[in-house]
Amino acid sequence: MATNKLFFAGSGGQGVLTMGQMVTYAAMYADMNATWLPSYGPEMRGGTANCTVVISTDKPVSCPLIYEADNVVVMNLPSLLKFESLVKPGGNLFINSTLIEQKATRDDINVYYVDAGGIAQSLGNARTANVVMLGAVVEVSKVVPVEMIYKIMEKTFSGRKAALLDINKQAFHAWKPE
Amino acid sequence: MKPVFQYTKGMTEVSTSYCPGCTHGVAHRLIMETLDEMGLLGKTIGVAPIGCSVVAHQFMNVDMCESAHGRAPAVASGIRRVHPDKVVFTYQGDGDLASIGMGEIMHAAARGEKFSTFFINNCIYGMTGGQMAPTTLIGQRSTTCVDGRTREQAGMPLKMCEILSTLDGPAYIERVALCDPANIRKAKKAVRRAFETQLSGKGFTFVEFLSICPTNWGLTPPKAMEWLKENMMPYYPLGVYREPEVQ
Amino acid sequence: MAEKVLMKGNEAFAEAVIRGGARYYFGYPITPQSEIPEFMSRELPKWGGKFLQAESELGAVNMAYGCGAAGGDGFISSSSPGIALMQEGMSFLCSAEVPLTMLNASRGGPGIGSIQPGQADYFQVTRGGGNGDYRIPVFAPASIQEAINILYDAPALANEWRNPVMVLVDGLMGQMMEPVLLPEPKEPLKSSDIPKAKPWAISGSEKGERSVVKSLRLQPEVLEQHVEKLFEKYDRMERELQRVECTDIEDAEVVFVAFGTMARLATEAMELLQSQGIRAGLIRPITLWPFPYGAFDALTDNTKVVISTELSMGQLIEDVKLGVRGRFPVKLIHRTGGMLPTSLEIVDKTKKILEEVR
Repeated sequence: MATNKLFFAGSGGQGVLTMGQMVTYAAMYADMNATWLPSYGPEMRGGTANCTVVISTDKPVSCPLIYEADNVVVMNLPSLLKFESLVKPGGNLFINSTLIEQKATRDDINVYYVDAGGIAQSLGNARTANVVMLGAVVEVSKVVPVEMIYKIMEKTFSGRKAALLDINKQAFHAWKPE
Repeated sequence: MKPVFQYTKGMTEVSTSYCPGCTHGVAHRLIMETLDEMGLLGKTIGVAPIGCSVVAHQFMNVDMCESAHGRAPAVASGIRRVHPDKVVFTYQGDGDLASIGMGEIMHAAARGEKFSTFFINNCIYGMTGGQMAPTTLIGQRSTTCVDGRTREQAGMPLKMCEILSTLDGPAYIERVALCDPANIRKAKKAVRRAFETQLSGKGFTFVEFLSICPTNWGLTPPKAMEWLKENMMPYYPLGVYREPEVQ
Repeated sequence: MAEKVLMKGNEAFAEAVIRGGARYYFGYPITPQSEIPEFMSRELPKWGGKFLQAESELGAVNMAYGCGAAGGDGFISSSSPGIALMQEGMSFLCSAEVPLTMLNASRGGPGIGSIQPGQADYFQVTRGGGNGDYRIPVFAPASIQEAINILYDAPALANEWRNPVMVLVDGLMGQMMEPVLLPEPKEPLKSSDIPKAKPWAISGSEKGERSVVKSLRLQPEVLEQHVEKLFEKYDRMERELQRVECTDIEDAEVVFVAFGTMARLATEAMELLQSQGIRAGLIRPITLWPFPYGAFDALTDNTKVVISTELSMGQLIEDVKLGVRGRFPVKLIHRTGGMLPTSLEIVDKTKKILEEVR
């Protein structure tokens, strides 16, 4: 993997920007080059959120903006409708099937239906849905080493939040490919 | 032999470039003599405006800078951040302070910036040649209101002491007049109070000098003094508008 | 060794200039750089510095002028319409030779425009904007690390030249996060050391000769002499401050010229073209003034066309033409108003241009 482009989209509060940041931190800890770019401005009004992560193993990231992505995560229906086309042929599309009943329309990409909300609920913490989804992305794409995701989790969930570390690690490994 | 008059160390020994009869020279001297008497000359930073007194730094013998039109209070606020232990003042005319620089003076005063502003109000733009100022009186003629200022066209003249008195930031506000020896002596006391209040750290201090502009008013200096008393004083009453609180 | 941290552009810019020694910030909120005044209000006091929210951009730049005239190392930031107001002060700063570090997060214009990335202020920042003959070095970093390095050096550079220095970024860089290394903080200049370090400053300190910081020179002979003296300095800046990064230009048949965010897109377009067997190169000016005209002398007869890629209707292209000096055709690929092309769009347009010029 020289360059891997990831795109995370959903609505505000679904932890979309956090997913992207966790991947970016993990890439940094693994001595890779990375950029994280949120959508901002008028797009943000109305509660939609997305971010782009570009990871490069062999040289600085040429461009933080993308015209196609290796991995696309959609957490709600509007994001699926808008960004399915962004997946490059042969790339991966991760659909939050908890909220999205509709199926993907393309057959030149790999589609993963992840019941992120359902799995998170069964673990007892619905707020970890984004971490369940992130687990699926990392499991399938191998874009960053799992230990580095642990490292950022350990930094994030420390002190007063230390109690949340275990549940997040569980959530990260909860999704299994069919 | 005892000298009856001598230069103050606060002024450089060059003749001012102001017109004959202009009261800028009087105001300069009052400020600089007071700083000298208070032993503050070496600790003071002054800000000159745009207007006739843009050249004030040639005559006032302290560290000084020029400022863009109306921005002297912003410039002084910047200086204050770097030198909190020094004495800082701005010297501004009516066009500079009450028109183009209204935003800067209002906000510096509102913040209670710890510097002193000396405001020369002569009801006219001097340097640009006698145009209507925000303080030009109703009926007063200028090159941009040749038949006299009207309320319909230009509104009423701005009373800066009164306006600034609506704010909580200023610690001391007084209006004085440079029209005769008794008033000039009062003006000097006001200058001293401004610096003393600044040194006490209480907040923004403001002294307005009712002044004359014989050249642009088209009057001889004695007639101009009379005009000031008859026309300016009733509209711009002298007095203390904010008394420094005794702590 | 310092560890890499992941930082958002706006916060990294602010942190870098503090580490570079600046201790006085004056600003007025404007998107897309309002995180800078927010960061400064929070962080600067911890470094012993002072934050002041101005009543306007006019207030901010003139506070900074007072700060710099008094010998303080100041910093201001704004975005396009705010920079327009600040240019009143820039002219005075240059004439009075007052140092200052400035950041401009430029956005789509004209007018209030949009808040998305724009480069339509190229003329505004490289050709003055304020009145009179003056020059301001303008740095246009293309990554957060590069911006950090430039902003870290900027206060010292402004002092060295006794001139304001501008760093030009945009909202995309301000919002983006990249792993960066933060340089070690420099020792700031204490107020009590100003009379010695900057004897020209108005410090209210008895130091023999009094200081006057001014720009008024009513006698034209005197003003002419002063401006000529300024231009001796600007001439030296032109020789000493130019910075440029050239990639694969020697045998390139198509050479892009781009700065800032647009340079990131042009880099990817260049790589895509190279992967398709088209020899592409990139000239990336890091200083927009002084513009690295000399970089174009390295282009060889292999070059068929030089393409100015910019987020404006064609402003950078004027300097590109001055650099090319008629040796090659110069074309334009652009978007404006805050719109960004994709690198694919640049590739497609480049191929069409190549068909035309071949």
